[in-house]
Amino acid sequence: MAGPVVKFEHATLAYDGRSVWSDLDLVFEAPSFVAILGPNGSGKTSLLRVILGLTHVSEGSVEVLGEAPRRGNPRIGYVPQHHSFDRDLPLRGRDLVGLGIDGHRWGIGQPSAARRRIVDAAIAGVEASAYADAPIGRLSGGEQQRLRIAQALVGNPELLLCDEPLASLDLHHQQEITELIAAWHRQFGRTVLFVTHDVNPVLGLVDRVLFVVNGRWAAGTPDEILTSDRLSGLYGSHVDVVRVHDRVVVVGDRMDSGFELEEPHHLPAIDDRLSGATR
Amino acid sequence: MIDQLIHLLGYDFVQNAIWAGIVIAIVSGVVSRFVVARNMSFAVHALAELGFTGAAGAILFGASPVIGLLTGTTVTAFFIGVLGVRVRERDAVVGVVLAFGLGLGVLFLTLYPRYATEAFAILFGTITGVSRDDVLLLIGIGILTLAALAVVYRPLTFATVDPDVAEARGVPVGGLAIAFLLIMAAAVAEAVQVVGVLLILTLLITPGATAERLTARPGRATVYSVAVALFSILGGILLALVTNVPVSVYVTSLSFACYLLARFTVGPVAIGREGRSLMPGAADGDAAATRGGL
Repeated sequence: MAGPVVKFEHATLAYDGRSVWSDLDLVFEAPSFVAILGPNGSGKTSLLRVILGLTHVSEGSVEVLGEAPRRGNPRIGYVPQHHSFDRDLPLRGRDLVGLGIDGHRWGIGQPSAARRRIVDAAIAGVEASAYADAPIGRLSGGEQQRLRIAQALVGNPELLLCDEPLASLDLHHQQEITELIAAWHRQFGRTVLFVTHDVNPVLGLVDRVLFVVNGRWAAGTPDEILTSDRLSGLYGSHVDVVRVHDRVVVVGDRMDSGFELEEPHHLPAIDDRLSGATR
Repeated sequence: MIDQLIHLLGYDFVQNAIWAGIVIAIVSGVVSRFVVARNMSFAVHALAELGFTGAAGAILFGASPVIGLLTGTTVTAFFIGVLGVRVRERDAVVGVVLAFGLGLGVLFLTLYPRYATEAFAILFGTITGVSRDDVLLLIGIGILTLAALAVVYRPLTFATVDPDVAEARGVPVGGLAIAFLLIMAAAVAEAVQVVGVLLILTLLITPGATAERLTARPGRATVYSVAVALFSILGGILLALVTNVPVSVYVTSLSFACYLLARFTVGPVAIGREGRSLMPGAADGDAAATRGGL
């Protein structure tokens, strides 16, 4: 593929005169698996919205897949955070995936054999065929999230944006969903931007990290960025980055946002003491 | 009684009512699906009551009550849409607009000397009493509303069940919310003709709520919703012809009966049969099989 997948040049995003992040310079080439990290409210989701063409930077320029960001770009797939569907909502997994193909088009929409084949293939791709015809509100969080991946991939995107896709899933389902995204990334050599508050489920896959804190940012490989020095510089206070059992734990004494890379309830006892140092 | 019914069916006013009833039922059936899925019961209620204000104002100034209703609901829809953009604000804005508008309606009624019969008609419905011109007007508005619904149906469905992804895919979620309010305004003005302002929910909630109990397929649910509305309105008109009870009493009873049947008898069986391929836990424990599964 010619040119970078995502390119930010001196990009600044401001709401109501307050800048969310400023002077952002990024270049992600395909195939990258990028983790976007940082405390809540640091503008990680806004970054995805800029790429989706839903929000515009106030200064600088942004290029996505060689063109200016635009609403409804079919070359981008999007997986949101898991929100449960209402139990009685008349909607099957199959319908959710179908909306990923043509839900944005005007009109009523006609069923067709070709459309059905595409939907079936996408569902089979995430191994969700067994429950794709059941009411989606009655499926588990992991099953719903699998169907969301199928929905995002059904249009054969070149770039996949994931906004906290693992939040509120248990550890087992987190691994399954991560593995699905990783398989797609490897098989097609396409780029994934993965917003997460916990880097550990994707730590083995990530080749680039973008860390955003209070309008400042740092980008590079995980080994470059996830160090005590770099993150202390970003947070503007002393921060320790500890590696335990192939996991990364970030602890600091002035993390007013309560940010932690690791969720304490998933940690064995030793990490509990480490994250206890936050408070 | 059957003879009497056949005799009555020959009358113009009955045929008018039936044609208008069919159009109104289709509009209500489709709209109520979205009203239920978008949790907009309160907004429907407000639109209807402020439609009453519009109709009362129209009567006062000697204009057509149907036009008055439509003006009332449209202005209200516009206010709710502009003031209550965020979901959090919506209920409060609806309440604020509703309270003021209804006060205005009371004023119009007080100013009108012969308000009792007219008010009763608007509050409880008069489908068999509308004039030939109004019937044509209702059918016209109904067809326009259905055309608008046909255009927005798919993106509106997307924005309703899955707003985050819909927005990411370029669906104008905010614009559709306002468009749907205006569609609701027309649907309310239509349905008020049959059941009146106070019983509006029987046509704009019950059919959609019933359909949700019958199927997990979105397209089928819309068809069922329209079927419930058609059954209730046409059944109500026919029953009202042979008895002395207002149409709205039968419409509310029939639609409620449909809901009860769907909820407790037919629905659990129907959804159970549709979901036969559902194998709970099929995805659990097969993480290994997933690897390379794309």
